Amino acid sequence: MEAVDGNAIGGLLCEVFGTEMTAAASVCGSCGAARQVAELAVYRPALGTVVRCRSCDSVLMVFVKIHDRTCVDLLGLATLG
Amino acid sequence: MAGTALRRRLTWQVAKVSAVTVETASVRTLTLDVPDWPGHQAGQHLDIRLTDEDGYVAERSYSIASAPGEPVAITVERLDDGEVSPYLTDELRAGDDLELRGPIGGYFVWEPENGGPLLLLAGGSGIVPLRSILRHRERTGSTVPVRLLYSSRTLDDVIYRAELDQPASGVEVIHTLTRSQPPGWSGYARRADAALLAEVAWPAAALPLAYVCGPTSFVEAVSQALVQSGYPPERVKTERFGATGGT
Amino acid sequence: MSPVSRGFHRRRQDPAENAGRVPPGQYVTKDFPVLSAGPTPHTVLDRWTFSIGRSGQQKTWSWAEFRALPTQDVTVDIHCVTKWSKLDTAWQGVSVDTLLEAAGHEGPYAMAHCDGGYTTNVPVADLTGGKAWVAYAYNGQPLAPEHGGPARLLVPHLYFWKSAKWVRSLELRDTNDPGFWENYGYHIYGDPWREQRYAGD
Repeated sequence: MEAVDGNAIGGLLCEVFGTEMTAAASVCGSCGAARQVAELAVYRPALGTVVRCRSCDSVLMVFVKIHDRTCVDLLGLATLG
Repeated sequence: MAGTALRRRLTWQVAKVSAVTVETASVRTLTLDVPDWPGHQAGQHLDIRLTDEDGYVAERSYSIASAPGEPVAITVERLDDGEVSPYLTDELRAGDDLELRGPIGGYFVWEPENGGPLLLLAGGSGIVPLRSILRHRERTGSTVPVRLLYSSRTLDDVIYRAELDQPASGVEVIHTLTRSQPPGWSGYARRADAALLAEVAWPAAALPLAYVCGPTSFVEAVSQALVQSGYPPERVKTERFGATGGT
Repeated sequence: MSPVSRGFHRRRQDPAENAGRVPPGQYVTKDFPVLSAGPTPHTVLDRWTFSIGRSGQQKTWSWAEFRALPTQDVTVDIHCVTKWSKLDTAWQGVSVDTLLEAAGHEGPYAMAHCDGGYTTNVPVADLTGGKAWVAYAYNGQPLAPEHGGPARLLVPHLYFWKSAKWVRSLELRDTNDPGFWENYGYHIYGDPWREQRYAGD
């Protein structure tokens, strides 16, 4: 499956963070690459959403929705917003 | 105001389909009557949610085809193996309910004060948010020069064809047809590559602002070519639709 | 609850067909959907290895050595947690029994490690007794990269997220540590016949 980008999860991010996030700045915790969230690589294999750094492929964010509860993992980011 | 629209809570609401317009054999525009619509910016999208009798839920995102101030509309391409798109293009009719939330997005948006010259690059149904930008530009009386490069498989696949055949003043539309061309076609007949872009794109020295939208492979190829030709990466905005150019 | 969308229904399966072969909540597909949490790795075969055993004491095979091991042709049904099932899928691979015997190790649990960083955990009892393989061919062809090639784990009696693509090692452990999806709430075991999709099911 091809990756999309952070635009595709604008709604999900607004749900989680309470505000528009696609234009927010992000910094990769592994390689330091700085990008707006809209430009990150997004994989959605139906089990969950995995957001990766476009430079080094490290996992930056994972969102998994199970029974109306969303698990949010942001450990791959150095900074967000 | 744009700022207000961004801060507002994003909640699901039920809209009514007010019209279904045939764009091409596989593409429909759904005009929606949204009771609580806060307004939107050109380039934003909305999420729709379908629920079946067993409680199964399917969600998809669609770019808003209309300009700020016009009735909300989305344009949907039917994908043969799609779960949602055939329902939206073939089953839904005026008077039906459609659950949605929006508007969504703050990156892939254009306002006249963002300036230009604008380079809009559309692959297939990637034309949808760019058409919203074009209509917004015209409605606000902006004179920012625009070049639109629109890649489609065939002429019959060109969405909004009549509208794009009569572009507003200051807008140049260039088509490329990648699969087959009508007899006598003198336009481009291949996928957008670096050479094609070199002929069509504003030169980097003009400090243009580019918006690229379509299938991931199209967006990757085009945006990389633009950056390589000297466009600063922060002046090339991208929106990837995935392999099939929609959902 | 959201209003029902008039005329919308999800893909359904014909209940009469395939009765007894399809776990609860699943529908049969003829497609082979590709679901990935990251870019497709492209590991060069002459640098590919597979290892099995306890950390620090693993038995390792190169691609050539691995392909020289006894192989099996198996036809199995597979079930994805996202509700699609695919029947009669044909694979070729090395039985995990063969690999464990060569490693000479035991352990109650295994963690699969894969190119790209994916992990998933499976009890060793579910990898032995002819229940699991490291598969390198599908439908008589070398396994395509987007489906996990050069080789993937194949554990058809559990939900297919346990059949880890691009597998490079099975690490034997004493504890049933959760892998990638299990960490985020998917079921630690994943039996499709008991519909164990999420933790607590």
